[in-house]
Amino acid sequence: MKVEVSDVRVQFGGVMPLDGVTVTFPGGTCGLIGPNGAGKTTFFNVLSGYVTPVSGSVLCDGVELLSMPDYKRARWGVRRTFQTEQAIEGLTVFDNVLTVYEHTAKASRAKKKAVVEEALEFCGLSAVGQQLVRTLPAKERRFIEVARAVVGEPKMVLLDEPAAGLPEEETNELSAIIRAIPERSDATVILVDHDMALVQACCEWSAVLDFGRLLASGPTGDVLRDPKVLSAYLGEDELL
Amino acid sequence: MGAIFKHKAFEPGAIAVLVAFALFVAPAIFGAFWITNLTQMAVFAVVAASAGMLYGRVGLVSLGQVAPYGIGCWVTMRLAYATSLPFPVLLLIGGLVAAVIGVLIGLPALRVSGLYLALVTLMLAAAIETALGVLKFPNGGGGFKGVVTSLSDLAPMRRPGFAESDPAYFRFSVIIALLLFLLAYAFLAGKPGRAWASIRQSEPSAIAAGIAITQYKLIAFALAAFMAGVAGGLFAGSVRQSIGIDQFSRQAALFLIAVALMGGVHSLWGAVLAAFFSKVMLDLLTTYMVGGQFWNDFSLSLFGFGLMMNLIQSTKAMEKKGLLG
Repeated sequence: MKVEVSDVRVQFGGVMPLDGVTVTFPGGTCGLIGPNGAGKTTFFNVLSGYVTPVSGSVLCDGVELLSMPDYKRARWGVRRTFQTEQAIEGLTVFDNVLTVYEHTAKASRAKKKAVVEEALEFCGLSAVGQQLVRTLPAKERRFIEVARAVVGEPKMVLLDEPAAGLPEEETNELSAIIRAIPERSDATVILVDHDMALVQACCEWSAVLDFGRLLASGPTGDVLRDPKVLSAYLGEDELL
Repeated sequence: MGAIFKHKAFEPGAIAVLVAFALFVAPAIFGAFWITNLTQMAVFAVVAASAGMLYGRVGLVSLGQVAPYGIGCWVTMRLAYATSLPFPVLLLIGGLVAAVIGVLIGLPALRVSGLYLALVTLMLAAAIETALGVLKFPNGGGGFKGVVTSLSDLAPMRRPGFAESDPAYFRFSVIIALLLFLLAYAFLAGKPGRAWASIRQSEPSAIAAGIAITQYKLIAFALAAFMAGVAGGLFAGSVRQSIGIDQFSRQAALFLIAVALMGGVHSLWGAVLAAFFSKVMLDLLTTYMVGGQFWNDFSLSLFGFGLMMNLIQSTKAMEKKGLLG
Protein backbone atom coordinates (compact mmCIF):
# COMPACT_ATOMS: atom_id res chain seq x y z
CA MET A 1 0.00 0.00 0.00
CA LYS A 2 1.35 3.39 -1.01
CA VAL A 3 1.48 6.18 1.56
CA GLU A 4 1.37 9.55 -0.19
CA VAL A 5 2.54 12.39 2.01
CA SER A 6 2.26 15.87 0.55
CA ASP A 7 3.47 19.19 1.89
CA VAL A 8 3.21 18.36 5.60
CA ARG A 9 4.16 21.34 7.75
CA VAL A 10 4.35 21.33 11.54
CA GLN A 11 5.02 24.43 13.58
CA PHE A 12 5.88 24.63 17.29
CA GLY A 13 6.07 28.37 17.96
CA GLY A 14 8.97 29.62 15.87
CA VAL A 15 10.30 26.14 15.13
CA MET A 16 9.33 24.14 12.04
CA PRO A 17 10.17 20.50 12.79
CA LEU A 18 8.55 19.52 9.48
CA ASP A 19 8.84 22.12 6.77
CA GLY A 20 6.81 20.93 3.80
CA VAL A 21 7.61 17.22 3.53
CA THR A 22 6.41 15.58 0.32
CA VAL A 23 7.25 11.91 -0.12
CA THR A 24 5.55 8.73 -1.31
CA PHE A 25 6.36 5.51 0.51
CA PRO A 26 6.01 2.76 -2.11
CA GLY A 27 4.98 0.00 0.34
CA GLY A 28 6.83 -2.96 1.82
CA THR A 29 9.40 -2.04 4.45
CA CYS A 30 10.65 1.53 4.07
CA GLY A 31 13.42 3.24 5.99
CA LEU A 32 13.19 6.77 7.34
CA ILE A 33 16.56 8.12 8.41
CA GLY A 34 18.21 11.39 9.22
CA PRO A 35 20.40 13.02 11.87
CA ASN A 36 19.05 13.77 15.35
CA GLY A 37 16.43 16.48 15.23
CA ALA A 38 15.65 15.88 11.56
CA GLY A 39 11.93 15.46 12.33
CA LYS A 40 11.57 11.68 12.15
CA THR A 41 9.65 11.24 15.38
CA THR A 42 7.55 14.34 14.65
CA PHE A 43 6.70 12.75 11.31
CA PHE A 44 5.53 9.60 13.13
CA ASN A 45 3.55 11.77 15.53
CA VAL A 46 1.79 13.38 12.58
CA LEU A 47 0.90 9.96 11.17
CA SER A 48 -0.40 8.68 14.51
CA GLY A 49 -2.27 11.88 15.27
CA TYR A 50 -0.46 13.30 18.32
CA VAL A 51 0.67 16.33 16.34
CA THR A 52 -1.68 18.27 14.08
CA PRO A 53 0.16 19.74 11.10
CA VAL A 54 -0.69 23.27 9.96
CA SER A 55 -1.00 22.00 6.40
CA GLY A 56 -0.55 18.91 4.29
CA SER A 57 -2.20 15.61 3.55
CA VAL A 58 -1.44 11.92 4.03
CA LEU A 59 -3.29 9.61 1.65
CA CYS A 60 -3.32 5.86 2.14
CA ASP A 61 -5.47 3.73 -0.13
CA GLY A 62 -7.41 6.88 -0.98
CA VAL A 63 -8.13 7.54 2.71
CA GLU A 64 -7.11 10.90 4.19
CA LEU A 65 -5.40 9.92 7.43
CA LEU A 66 -5.17 13.43 8.86
CA SER A 67 -8.94 13.83 9.07
CA MET A 68 -9.29 10.88 11.48
CA PRO A 69 -9.13 11.30 15.29
CA ASP A 70 -6.02 9.72 16.82
CA TYR A 71 -7.48 6.56 18.35
CA LYS A 72 -9.55 5.89 15.20
CA ARG A 73 -6.36 5.80 13.15
CA ALA A 74 -5.26 2.88 15.30
CA ARG A 75 -8.59 1.20 14.57
CA TRP A 76 -8.16 1.91 10.88
CA GLY A 77 -4.74 0.24 10.96
CA VAL A 78 -1.97 2.64 11.99
CA ARG A 79 0.23 0.97 14.61
CA ARG A 80 3.41 2.21 16.15
CA THR A 81 6.15 1.55 18.63
CA PHE A 82 7.86 4.21 20.70
CA GLN A 83 11.48 5.06 21.43
CA THR A 84 10.84 4.34 25.08
CA GLU A 85 9.27 1.02 25.99
CA GLN A 86 5.53 1.26 26.35
CA ALA A 87 4.45 -2.31 27.07
CA ILE A 88 2.06 -2.21 30.01
CA GLU A 89 4.01 -3.30 33.08
CA GLY A 90 1.15 -4.66 35.13
CA LEU A 91 -0.34 -6.93 32.45
CA THR A 92 0.83 -10.23 31.02
CA VAL A 93 2.43 -10.35 27.60
CA PHE A 94 -0.74 -11.95 26.21
CA ASP A 95 -2.99 -9.24 27.70
CA ASN A 96 -0.68 -6.55 26.34
CA VAL A 97 -1.12 -7.76 22.80
CA LEU A 98 -4.81 -8.54 23.37
CA THR A 99 -5.42 -4.95 24.50
CA VAL A 100 -4.37 -3.65 21.10
CA TYR A 101 -6.33 -6.27 19.19
CA GLU A 102 -9.58 -5.95 21.14
CA HIS A 103 -9.65 -2.18 20.63
CA THR A 104 -8.84 -2.29 16.94
CA ALA A 105 -10.98 -5.22 15.76
CA LYS A 106 -14.23 -6.95 16.60
CA ALA A 107 -13.84 -10.69 17.04
CA SER A 108 -15.12 -13.64 19.01
CA ARG A 109 -13.29 -14.75 22.12
CA ALA A 110 -11.78 -17.75 20.33
CA LYS A 111 -10.63 -15.68 17.38
CA LYS A 112 -9.04 -13.10 19.69
CA LYS A 113 -7.08 -15.83 21.43
CA ALA A 114 -5.95 -17.36 18.13
CA VAL A 115 -4.92 -14.02 16.61
CA VAL A 116 -3.01 -12.91 19.71
CA GLU A 117 -1.23 -16.25 19.98
CA GLU A 118 -0.26 -16.05 16.33
CA ALA A 119 1.26 -12.57 16.88
CA LEU A 120 3.16 -13.85 19.94
CA GLU A 121 4.53 -16.73 17.94
CA PHE A 122 5.50 -14.41 15.09
CA CYS A 123 7.62 -12.42 17.54
CA GLY A 124 8.98 -15.47 19.36
CA LEU A 125 7.10 -14.70 22.57
CA SER A 126 4.91 -17.79 22.91
CA ALA A 127 6.89 -19.11 25.87
CA VAL A 128 6.43 -15.96 27.97
CA GLY A 129 2.79 -15.25 27.07
CA GLN A 130 1.47 -15.60 30.62
CA GLN A 131 4.27 -13.68 32.32
CA LEU A 132 3.89 -10.15 33.64
CA VAL A 133 5.78 -7.62 31.53
CA ARG A 134 7.54 -6.14 34.55
CA THR A 135 9.30 -9.44 35.15
CA LEU A 136 10.82 -9.58 31.66
CA PRO A 137 14.20 -8.35 30.38
CA ALA A 138 14.67 -5.56 27.82
CA LYS A 139 14.73 -7.76 24.74
CA GLU A 140 11.34 -9.33 25.39
CA ARG A 141 9.85 -5.92 26.17
CA ARG A 142 11.05 -4.63 22.81
CA PHE A 143 9.59 -7.62 21.03
CA ILE A 144 6.26 -7.14 22.84
CA GLU A 145 6.14 -3.67 21.32
CA VAL A 146 6.53 -5.20 17.89
CA ALA A 147 3.90 -7.86 18.65
CA ARG A 148 1.50 -5.07 19.71
CA ALA A 149 2.19 -3.30 16.43
CA VAL A 150 1.58 -6.29 14.16
CA VAL A 151 -1.29 -8.14 15.86
CA GLY A 152 -4.41 -8.48 13.72
CA GLU A 153 -4.48 -6.65 10.41
CA PRO A 154 -2.38 -3.50 10.55
CA LYS A 155 -2.17 -1.37 7.40
CA MET A 156 0.75 0.78 8.47
CA VAL A 157 3.40 -0.15 11.06
CA LEU A 158 5.62 2.66 12.36
CA LEU A 159 8.71 1.44 14.19
CA ASP A 160 10.55 4.18 16.09
CA GLU A 161 14.08 2.96 16.84
CA PRO A 162 13.00 -0.57 17.74
CA ALA A 163 16.60 -1.78 18.04
CA ALA A 164 17.91 1.06 20.25
CA GLY A 165 19.94 -0.44 23.06
CA LEU A 166 19.76 -4.03 21.83
CA PRO A 167 22.99 -6.02 21.33
CA GLU A 168 23.84 -7.15 17.80
CA GLU A 169 22.55 -10.70 18.08
CA GLU A 170 19.13 -9.54 19.27
CA THR A 171 19.07 -6.82 16.63
CA ASN A 172 19.52 -9.52 14.00
CA GLU A 173 16.60 -11.46 15.45
CA LEU A 174 14.49 -8.29 15.37
CA SER A 175 15.60 -7.59 11.82
CA ALA A 176 14.28 -10.97 10.67
CA ILE A 177 10.91 -10.23 12.29
CA ILE A 178 10.68 -6.77 10.72
CA ARG A 179 11.47 -8.12 7.27
CA ALA A 180 8.69 -10.68 7.61
CA ILE A 181 5.98 -8.11 8.50
CA PRO A 182 4.93 -6.96 4.98
CA GLU A 183 4.27 -10.43 3.58
CA ARG A 184 2.50 -11.48 6.74
CA SER A 185 -0.07 -8.71 6.82
CA ASP A 186 0.39 -6.66 3.66
CA ALA A 187 1.17 -3.66 5.83
CA THR A 188 3.50 -0.83 4.90
CA VAL A 189 6.29 -0.72 7.47
CA ILE A 190 8.20 2.51 8.11
CA LEU A 191 11.36 1.99 10.12
CA VAL A 192 13.22 4.78 11.88
CA ASP A 193 16.61 3.76 13.23
CA HIS A 194 20.15 5.03 13.59
CA ASP A 195 21.53 1.56 12.95
CA MET A 196 22.21 1.82 9.20
CA ALA A 197 23.02 -1.86 8.94
CA LEU A 198 19.54 -2.66 10.26
CA VAL A 199 17.91 -0.17 7.88
CA GLN A 200 19.78 -1.60 4.93
CA ALA A 201 18.99 -5.17 5.91
CA CYS A 202 15.27 -4.47 6.28
CA CYS A 203 14.45 -1.79 3.74
CA GLU A 204 14.72 -1.79 -0.03
CA TRP A 205 13.61 1.80 -0.13
CA SER A 206 14.46 4.71 2.18
CA ALA A 207 13.76 8.39 2.66
CA VAL A 208 16.08 10.84 4.40
CA LEU A 209 14.93 13.82 6.43
CA ASP A 210 17.12 16.75 7.46
CA PHE A 211 15.97 19.90 9.24
CA GLY A 212 12.36 19.03 8.56
CA ARG A 213 12.80 18.58 4.82
CA LEU A 214 13.11 15.61 2.53
CA LEU A 215 16.76 15.34 1.58
CA ALA A 216 16.68 12.24 -0.58
CA SER A 217 14.60 9.14 -1.29
CA GLY A 218 15.01 6.00 -3.34
CA PRO A 219 16.61 2.55 -3.09
CA THR A 220 18.33 2.32 0.30
CA GLY A 221 21.78 1.55 -1.15
CA ASP A 222 21.73 4.63 -3.40
CA VAL A 223 20.37 6.89 -0.68
CA LEU A 224 23.09 5.88 1.78
CA ARG A 225 25.80 6.76 -0.78
CA ASP A 226 24.23 10.09 -1.74
CA PRO A 227 26.77 12.88 -1.03
CA LYS A 228 23.97 15.17 0.28
CA VAL A 229 23.01 12.51 2.82
CA LEU A 230 26.64 11.91 3.83
CA SER A 231 27.23 15.59 4.45
CA ALA A 232 24.01 15.84 6.49
CA TYR A 233 25.56 13.24 8.79
CA LEU A 234 28.39 15.70 9.56
CA GLY A 235 30.61 14.76 6.67
CA GLU A 236 30.94 11.09 7.38
CA ASP A 237 32.66 9.27 4.56
CA GLU A 238 30.33 6.35 4.61
CA LEU A 239 27.35 5.33 6.64
CA LEU A 240 27.90 1.58 6.54
CA MET B 1 2.66 -8.95 52.15
CA GLY B 2 1.03 -7.91 48.93
CA ALA B 3 2.48 -10.94 47.19
CA ILE B 4 0.72 -13.33 49.54
CA PHE B 5 -2.60 -11.63 49.00
CA LYS B 6 -2.17 -11.63 45.25
CA HIS B 7 -1.35 -15.30 45.10
CA LYS B 8 -4.01 -16.77 42.84
CA ALA B 9 -4.83 -19.88 44.83
CA PHE B 10 -5.00 -17.85 48.02
CA GLU B 11 -7.53 -15.33 46.82
CA PRO B 12 -10.82 -17.29 46.50
CA GLY B 13 -10.09 -19.09 49.77
CA ALA B 14 -9.41 -15.87 51.63
CA ILE B 15 -12.58 -14.30 50.28
CA ALA B 16 -14.65 -17.32 51.27
CA VAL B 17 -13.22 -17.32 54.82
CA LEU B 18 -13.72 -13.58 55.24
CA VAL B 19 -17.30 -13.63 53.96
CA ALA B 20 -18.22 -16.75 55.96
CA PHE B 21 -16.79 -15.13 59.09
CA ALA B 22 -18.74 -11.93 58.44
CA LEU B 23 -22.01 -13.71 57.68
CA PHE B 24 -22.06 -16.46 60.31
CA VAL B 25 -19.49 -15.86 63.04
CA ALA B 26 -19.35 -12.10 63.55
CA PRO B 27 -23.10 -11.57 64.21
CA ALA B 28 -22.98 -14.31 66.83
CA ILE B 29 -19.98 -13.10 68.81
CA PHE B 30 -20.10 -9.30 68.58
CA GLY B 31 -22.48 -6.95 70.37
CA ALA B 32 -24.55 -4.15 68.81
CA PHE B 33 -21.71 -1.58 68.99
CA TRP B 34 -19.22 -3.68 67.04
CA ILE B 35 -21.84 -4.91 64.58
CA THR B 36 -22.66 -1.30 63.68
CA ASN B 37 -18.96 -0.68 63.40
CA LEU B 38 -18.43 -3.65 61.11
CA THR B 39 -21.39 -2.61 58.96
CA GLN B 40 -19.72 0.72 58.44
CA MET B 41 -16.46 -1.05 57.69
CA ALA B 42 -18.19 -3.00 54.89
CA VAL B 43 -19.67 0.24 53.54
CA PHE B 44 -16.41 2.14 53.78
CA ALA B 45 -14.49 -0.68 52.09
CA VAL B 46 -16.61 -0.09 48.98
CA VAL B 47 -15.98 3.67 49.06
CA ALA B 48 -12.24 3.11 49.57
CA ALA B 49 -12.24 0.59 46.71
CA SER B 50 -13.91 3.13 44.41
CA ALA B 51 -11.39 5.87 45.27
CA GLY B 52 -8.48 3.43 45.14
CA MET B 53 -9.60 2.06 41.79
CA LEU B 54 -9.65 5.52 40.18
CA TYR B 55 -6.18 6.27 41.48
CA GLY B 56 -4.45 2.92 41.38
CA ARG B 57 -5.94 1.43 38.24
CA VAL B 58 -6.76 4.40 36.03
CA GLY B 59 -4.32 6.98 37.40
CA LEU B 60 -7.00 9.60 38.14
CA VAL B 61 -6.33 11.43 41.41
CA SER B 62 -9.87 12.13 42.53
CA LEU B 63 -10.41 13.61 45.98
CA GLY B 64 -14.12 13.91 45.26
CA GLN B 65 -15.29 10.35 45.91
CA VAL B 66 -17.18 11.54 49.01
CA ALA B 67 -19.46 13.42 46.60
CA PRO B 68 -21.13 10.38 44.98
CA TYR B 69 -21.04 8.72 48.41
CA GLY B 70 -23.03 11.61 49.87
CA ILE B 71 -25.33 11.84 46.87
CA GLY B 72 -26.11 8.11 47.02
CA CYS B 73 -26.80 8.43 50.74
CA TRP B 74 -29.06 11.43 50.21
CA VAL B 75 -31.02 10.04 47.26
CA THR B 76 -31.57 6.67 48.94
CA MET B 77 -32.68 8.27 52.17
CA ARG B 78 -35.09 10.74 50.57
CA LEU B 79 -36.61 8.01 48.41
CA ALA B 80 -36.96 5.79 51.47
CA TYR B 81 -39.02 8.49 53.18
CA ALA B 82 -40.97 9.46 50.08
CA THR B 83 -41.74 6.12 48.40
CA SER B 84 -42.42 2.53 49.31
CA LEU B 85 -40.00 1.04 46.77
CA PRO B 86 -38.10 -2.07 47.95
CA PHE B 87 -34.78 -1.25 49.62
CA PRO B 88 -32.47 -2.91 47.03
CA VAL B 89 -34.20 -0.84 44.33
CA LEU B 90 -33.51 2.30 46.37
CA LEU B 91 -29.83 1.34 46.55
CA LEU B 92 -29.77 0.81 42.80
CA ILE B 93 -31.40 4.19 42.10
CA GLY B 94 -29.02 5.88 44.56
CA GLY B 95 -26.08 4.26 42.77
CA LEU B 96 -27.34 5.18 39.31
CA VAL B 97 -28.00 8.83 40.23
CA ALA B 98 -24.50 8.98 41.74
CA ALA B 99 -23.09 7.40 38.55
CA VAL B 100 -24.76 10.02 36.34
CA ILE B 101 -23.34 12.75 38.55
CA GLY B 102 -19.99 10.95 38.56
CA VAL B 103 -19.91 11.22 34.77
CA LEU B 104 -20.86 14.90 34.90
CA ILE B 105 -17.98 15.40 37.35
CA GLY B 106 -15.75 13.40 35.07
CA LEU B 107 -16.39 15.48 31.96
CA PRO B 108 -14.58 18.66 33.05
CA ALA B 109 -12.08 16.58 34.98
CA LEU B 110 -10.92 14.99 31.72
CA ARG B 111 -9.43 18.30 30.69
CA VAL B 112 -7.01 18.26 33.61
CA SER B 113 -4.89 15.63 35.27
CA GLY B 114 -2.63 14.98 38.23
CA LEU B 115 -2.54 17.71 40.84
CA TYR B 116 -5.09 19.85 39.01
CA LEU B 117 -7.58 17.02 38.89
CA ALA B 118 -7.05 16.59 42.64
CA LEU B 119 -7.81 20.29 43.16
CA VAL B 120 -10.92 20.29 40.97
CA THR B 121 -12.33 17.22 42.70
CA LEU B 122 -11.52 18.58 46.15
CA MET B 123 -13.46 21.73 45.29
CA LEU B 124 -16.28 19.48 44.21
CA ALA B 125 -16.27 17.75 47.58
CA ALA B 126 -16.47 21.19 49.20
CA ALA B 127 -19.37 22.15 46.95
CA ILE B 128 -21.30 19.01 47.88
CA GLU B 129 -20.64 19.68 51.56
CA THR B 130 -22.12 23.18 51.17
CA ALA B 131 -25.07 21.94 49.11
CA LEU B 132 -25.93 19.25 51.64
CA GLY B 133 -25.78 21.83 54.42
CA VAL B 134 -28.14 24.20 52.60
CA LEU B 135 -30.56 21.36 51.82
CA LYS B 136 -30.64 20.40 55.52
CA PHE B 137 -29.27 17.02 54.59
CA PRO B 138 -30.85 14.53 54.97
CA ASN B 139 -33.23 15.06 57.85
CA GLY B 140 -36.16 12.78 58.40
CA GLY B 141 -39.43 14.43 57.42
CA GLY B 142 -41.94 12.83 55.05
CA GLY B 143 -41.97 13.24 51.27
CA PHE B 144 -39.08 14.22 49.03
CA LYS B 145 -38.21 17.47 50.73
CA GLY B 146 -39.66 16.87 54.18
CA VAL B 147 -37.72 18.62 56.92
CA VAL B 148 -38.60 18.49 60.59
CA THR B 149 -37.19 21.01 63.01
CA SER B 150 -37.57 19.09 66.24
CA LEU B 151 -35.05 16.29 66.69
CA SER B 152 -37.60 14.15 68.51
CA ASP B 153 -39.76 14.08 65.37
CA LEU B 154 -36.98 12.53 63.27
CA ALA B 155 -38.20 9.25 61.89
CA PRO B 156 -35.55 6.53 61.48
CA MET B 157 -34.96 5.49 57.88
CA ARG B 158 -36.52 2.18 57.00
CA ARG B 159 -34.51 -0.94 56.33
CA PRO B 160 -35.40 -3.91 54.15
CA GLY B 161 -38.00 -6.11 55.83
CA PHE B 162 -35.66 -9.08 55.89
CA ALA B 163 -32.83 -7.08 57.46
CA GLU B 164 -34.54 -5.04 60.16
CA SER B 165 -32.20 -5.94 63.05
CA ASP B 166 -28.60 -4.76 63.25
CA PRO B 167 -27.01 -8.21 62.70
CA ALA B 168 -29.31 -8.88 59.73
CA TYR B 169 -28.55 -5.47 58.25
CA PHE B 170 -24.85 -6.18 58.74
CA ARG B 171 -25.18 -9.42 56.74
CA PHE B 172 -27.13 -7.55 54.07
CA SER B 173 -24.38 -4.91 53.87
CA VAL B 174 -21.65 -7.53 53.55
CA ILE B 175 -23.49 -9.21 50.68
CA ILE B 176 -24.06 -5.91 48.85
CA ALA B 177 -20.41 -4.94 49.41
CA LEU B 178 -19.32 -8.32 48.07
CA LEU B 179 -21.48 -7.85 44.96
CA LEU B 180 -19.94 -4.42 44.38
CA PHE B 181 -16.44 -5.85 44.76
CA LEU B 182 -17.30 -8.56 42.25
CA LEU B 183 -18.62 -5.89 39.88
CA ALA B 184 -15.36 -3.96 40.21
CA TYR B 185 -13.40 -7.17 39.71
CA ALA B 186 -15.35 -8.01 36.55
CA PHE B 187 -14.46 -4.63 35.09
CA LEU B 188 -10.82 -4.82 36.19
CA ALA B 189 -10.28 -8.31 34.83
CA GLY B 190 -11.86 -7.52 31.47
CA LYS B 191 -11.45 -5.17 28.55
CA PRO B 192 -11.95 -1.96 30.64
CA GLY B 193 -9.30 -3.10 33.15
CA ARG B 194 -6.74 -3.60 30.40
CA ALA B 195 -7.65 -0.27 28.84
CA TRP B 196 -7.26 1.45 32.22
CA ALA B 197 -3.87 -0.17 32.84
CA SER B 198 -2.82 1.13 29.45
CA ILE B 199 -4.12 4.67 30.11
CA ARG B 200 -2.49 4.76 33.52
CA GLN B 201 0.90 3.89 32.14
CA SER B 202 0.90 6.13 29.09
CA GLU B 203 -1.88 7.94 27.26
CA PRO B 204 -0.03 8.20 23.92
CA SER B 205 0.57 4.46 23.99
CA ALA B 206 -3.10 3.86 24.85
CA ILE B 207 -4.14 5.97 21.87
CA ALA B 208 -1.77 3.99 19.67
CA ALA B 209 -3.58 0.86 20.84
CA GLY B 210 -6.88 2.31 19.61
CA ILE B 211 -8.27 2.94 23.10
CA ALA B 212 -10.89 5.70 23.28
CA ILE B 213 -9.40 7.36 26.34
CA THR B 214 -12.29 9.72 27.09
CA GLN B 215 -14.80 6.91 26.97
CA TYR B 216 -12.81 4.65 29.28
CA LYS B 217 -12.10 7.40 31.80
CA LEU B 218 -15.81 8.17 31.94
CA ILE B 219 -16.60 4.48 32.44
CA ALA B 220 -14.18 4.54 35.38
CA PHE B 221 -15.81 7.63 36.89
CA ALA B 222 -19.27 6.11 36.40
CA LEU B 223 -18.34 2.77 37.95
CA ALA B 224 -16.55 4.37 40.92
CA ALA B 225 -19.46 6.75 41.51
CA PHE B 226 -21.98 3.91 41.25
CA MET B 227 -20.09 1.91 43.88
CA ALA B 228 -19.78 4.90 46.20
CA GLY B 229 -23.44 5.79 45.63
CA VAL B 230 -24.71 2.35 46.60
CA ALA B 231 -22.37 2.42 49.59
CA GLY B 232 -23.92 5.77 50.55
CA GLY B 233 -27.36 4.18 50.50
CA LEU B 234 -26.15 1.32 52.69
CA PHE B 235 -24.64 3.86 55.05
CA ALA B 236 -27.98 5.68 55.32
CA GLY B 237 -29.70 2.45 56.30
CA SER B 238 -27.00 1.72 58.83
CA VAL B 239 -27.16 5.03 60.69
CA ARG B 240 -30.90 5.52 60.03
CA GLN B 241 -31.26 9.03 61.39
CA SER B 242 -29.46 12.28 62.08
CA ILE B 243 -26.58 11.56 59.73
CA GLY B 244 -24.03 14.32 60.02
CA ILE B 245 -22.62 15.90 56.89
CA ASP B 246 -19.13 15.47 58.37
CA GLN B 247 -19.09 12.04 56.68
CA PHE B 248 -19.08 13.85 53.34
CA SER B 249 -16.92 16.85 54.20
CA ARG B 250 -13.63 18.03 52.70
CA GLN B 251 -11.81 16.53 55.65
CA ALA B 252 -13.53 13.22 55.04
CA ALA B 253 -12.48 13.48 51.39
CA LEU B 254 -8.80 13.82 52.33
CA PHE B 255 -9.09 11.16 55.00
CA LEU B 256 -10.61 8.79 52.44
CA ILE B 257 -7.77 9.11 49.95
CA ALA B 258 -5.20 8.86 52.77
CA VAL B 259 -6.52 5.57 54.14
CA ALA B 260 -7.20 4.21 50.66
CA LEU B 261 -3.56 4.87 49.75
CA MET B 262 -2.31 3.41 53.00
CA GLY B 263 -4.34 0.27 52.50
CA GLY B 264 -3.11 -0.01 48.94
CA VAL B 265 -4.78 0.96 45.72
CA HIS B 266 -3.59 -1.80 43.41
CA SER B 267 -5.51 -4.59 45.07
CA LEU B 268 -9.12 -4.64 46.23
CA TRP B 269 -7.83 -6.11 49.50
CA GLY B 270 -6.25 -2.75 50.20
CA ALA B 271 -9.72 -1.24 50.43
CA VAL B 272 -10.75 -3.79 53.06
CA LEU B 273 -7.66 -2.95 55.08
CA ALA B 274 -8.32 0.78 54.67
CA ALA B 275 -11.85 0.28 55.97
CA PHE B 276 -10.53 -1.73 58.90
CA PHE B 277 -8.09 1.07 59.76
CA SER B 278 -10.65 3.80 59.64
CA LYS B 279 -13.73 2.13 61.11
CA VAL B 280 -12.59 -0.63 63.42
CA MET B 281 -9.03 0.03 64.52
CA LEU B 282 -9.86 3.53 65.69
CA ASP B 283 -12.67 2.28 67.91
CA LEU B 284 -10.54 -0.57 69.20
CA LEU B 285 -7.97 1.97 70.31
CA THR B 286 -10.40 4.45 71.85
CA THR B 287 -12.39 1.70 73.58
CA TYR B 288 -9.69 -0.58 74.92
CA MET B 289 -6.50 1.41 75.10
CA VAL B 290 -5.53 3.81 77.82
CA GLY B 291 -5.86 7.32 76.49
CA GLY B 292 -9.34 7.16 74.98
CA GLN B 293 -9.97 10.14 72.73
CA PHE B 294 -6.24 10.78 72.34
CA TRP B 295 -6.18 7.95 69.80
CA ASN B 296 -8.74 9.71 67.71
CA ASP B 297 -6.41 12.64 67.09
CA PHE B 298 -3.36 10.42 67.02
CA SER B 299 -4.76 8.21 64.30
CA LEU B 300 -5.53 11.26 62.15
CA SER B 301 -1.86 12.23 62.44
CA LEU B 302 -0.91 8.64 61.74
CA PHE B 303 -2.92 8.55 58.51
CA GLY B 304 -1.44 11.89 57.51
CA PHE B 305 2.01 10.44 58.13
CA GLY B 306 1.08 7.33 56.17
CA LEU B 307 -0.06 9.47 53.24
CA MET B 308 3.19 11.45 53.25
CA MET B 309 5.28 8.28 53.39
CA ASN B 310 3.25 6.85 50.57
CA LEU B 311 3.74 9.90 48.38
CA ILE B 312 7.48 9.96 49.09
CA GLN B 313 7.68 6.25 48.26
CA SER B 314 5.64 6.71 45.12
CA THR B 315 7.87 9.42 43.70
CA LYS B 316 10.79 7.12 44.33
CA ALA B 317 9.35 3.97 42.91
CA MET B 318 6.78 5.12 40.35
CA GLU B 319 4.46 2.45 41.66
CA LYS B 320 2.23 3.76 44.42
CA LYS B 321 2.17 0.91 46.84
CA GLY B 322 0.21 0.63 50.04
CA LEU B 323 0.40 -2.13 52.60
CA LEU B 324 -1.53 -4.62 50.49
CA GLY B 325 -0.13 -3.78 47.07
